[in-house]
Amino acid sequence: MKRNRVTECNDWFLERFPLTKLWNEHMAHYYAPKNFNFWYFFGSLALLVLVNQILTGIFLTMNYKPDAKLAFDSVEYIMRDVNWGWLIRYMHSTGSSAFFIVVYLHMFRGLLYGSFKHPRELVWIFGMLLFVALMAEAFMGYLLPWGQMSYWGAQVIISLFSAIPVIGDDLSLWLRGDYVVSDATLNRFFAFHVIAVPLALVMLVFLHIVALHEVGSNNPDGIEIKDSKDPWGHPVDGIPFHPYYTVKDLVGVGVFMLFFATVIFYIPEMGGYFLEPANFIPADPMKTPEHIAPVWYFTPFYAILRAIPDKFAGVIGMGGAIVVLFLLPWLDRSPVKSIRYRGGIYKKALMLFVISFIALGYLGTQPATPTATIVARFFTAIYFGFFLLMPLYTRWEKTKPVPKRLTTIHSLEEQLPALIEEITQIKQGSTEIGHAAFKSSFFAIRPNPKGIRNLISRLAKNAKGSLD
Amino acid sequence: MKNLIALLLLSLSFGVVASESIELQKANIDLSNNASLQRGAKHFVTYCLGCHSIKHIRYLRIALDIDVDPKKVLKDIAPEGANIYDQMHSAMNAHDAEKWFGTQPPDLSLIARSRGADWLYSYLKSYYIDPKSPRGVNNLIFEDTAMPNPLWQLQGEQHAEPRKNIWGHEYTNLVLKEPGTLSEGEFEIFVNDLVNFLVYVGEPVQLERQRLGKYVLFFILMFLVLAYLLKKEYWKNIH
Repeated sequence: MKRNRVTECNDWFLERFPLTKLWNEHMAHYYAPKNFNFWYFFGSLALLVLVNQILTGIFLTMNYKPDAKLAFDSVEYIMRDVNWGWLIRYMHSTGSSAFFIVVYLHMFRGLLYGSFKHPRELVWIFGMLLFVALMAEAFMGYLLPWGQMSYWGAQVIISLFSAIPVIGDDLSLWLRGDYVVSDATLNRFFAFHVIAVPLALVMLVFLHIVALHEVGSNNPDGIEIKDSKDPWGHPVDGIPFHPYYTVKDLVGVGVFMLFFATVIFYIPEMGGYFLEPANFIPADPMKTPEHIAPVWYFTPFYAILRAIPDKFAGVIGMGGAIVVLFLLPWLDRSPVKSIRYRGGIYKKALMLFVISFIALGYLGTQPATPTATIVARFFTAIYFGFFLLMPLYTRWEKTKPVPKRLTTIHSLEEQLPALIEEITQIKQGSTEIGHAAFKSSFFAIRPNPKGIRNLISRLAKNAKGSLD
Repeated sequence: MKNLIALLLLSLSFGVVASESIELQKANIDLSNNASLQRGAKHFVTYCLGCHSIKHIRYLRIALDIDVDPKKVLKDIAPEGANIYDQMHSAMNAHDAEKWFGTQPPDLSLIARSRGADWLYSYLKSYYIDPKSPRGVNNLIFEDTAMPNPLWQLQGEQHAEPRKNIWGHEYTNLVLKEPGTLSEGEFEIFVNDLVNFLVYVGEPVQLERQRLGKYVLFFILMFLVLAYLLKKEYWKNIH
């Protein structure tokens, strides 16, 4: 009898709410390409980190005091006197850096396989809006511990708005709510950090996913799986997201958590990159720290700001570095999506872009010496060159023929036995130790110099060939 | 306002010039050494708490963490009249401090996290006699520090002597002219205990965190193995 009651309740609910339909549309009958590789873990991981940030954030707000007099001490109170407060706080602080790592890799995946191209332009736009909202969230959250770096970082960044002609001074005054960063600023940043921006983030995630599921996921081959369907109308190369990708993403979650927990429990400061030493000093409006640098995830853009000699032009450059990403779907004129079938120019350009992004990130953490500034200008030019020259080089370059169906690349796991066989040899008659236990062929395996040489030269040739 | 930005950006670009290039001496930090932490706590109360608070820690927390009976902490470590639940506040009044030293002695709860153990260790050992300074002493690591040397009786008097190394680079060498009540080795241990204690105070949960980490990582590893096997099982027919 009891079971019938439960079924009745279920039916009552399902007659009034399309839960089955939603589940099927987005999970059980959502067909995803079957050849997702390593780069496709980071979307679901970004969602995981968002949930982590929201949950730990809720617990942090229970003991945090958004007040210039109390904020710093309340964070230390959480670290010491609140049960498990240290764990919640480290999960939140490490989570913010992890969020950017995951999102940068997620965006890089888009660049690799042309996921921003037709028909996924809107998915990319929503994603970029998410990125901007995430930067706002991180920037405002960083003020809350009210340490020296929180304070002076916010001071520098808000002052940038005053470089805008005519309205600049009034605008930055309006943003801060005071002539310097103060209690008023802290309070409004708190409001934005815990309510406004998270709401925007969650809504944008929803839009990002709905838009993605409307057009379907891209894949490492950059071809539309919907173009070849079986008699039942399912893509031949597609598999239902649930259970296939839910179980696969669980493996990604496990690997991610391994890294995440290692940082939280053993290196929560990450050598001063995740938690900066200067931020363990309470904010002091009268004492400017020797060296102000934003947290690592902002440093590429900060380096661009400093590289441009004129103040206002620098602000435009920094903003432009983000705006140009929005235009990516229309800058890229290549007929193919995936890097696998693009010509050599795009591959080299992408490589230069990655180098310049990392180099700018490093330079942003360093003091701006004259030499460093010149190097930063050089990399800024490459950064913008990658985007602004894209309409030219993507149209010129010769692309490779794109297959009709997904190609299979054997995973390392499948290749491993053959590889081991290639680089080892069985030494015959090695019976120096007479015991029977050592007679197994396992003990006769020796490295094979010729095999290793072949493998290395093949890898080098492949690496060189993959750039053409 | 524009001047302010210009000033800020300027301070960014030239700020680094002010940082010192003297090589720091390495402190030997071992938070599992309870004897060292106990000595460090005692030293802190005797030589530092007069001016510096460590308000983010309570006597009880110290007792629990370094494994000492709370009564013994009150008797041997805490100053007269302290309660076991008290935070470690300095008795010095902020107004007086401003008058006497020109600045308020900072709270040292997080000093080890902002400065680092090696810096603290080197700083406390690098005082020297400097007649030009208003306090008669100066510091190699922190030029013109407002703090007089609180440990001078223990260490003795050091003098700065300019030297040249074999490559001709000039550097300052500190020479002990007047020995203190402790020998050089004893003083090193003394400072090391003090710094060890400050590192502990910076983040009392450190040892607990590392101990727990092992179990968490093991658990996640088990989860990963299960997840991997599950994935393999589900995917065996996908080619």
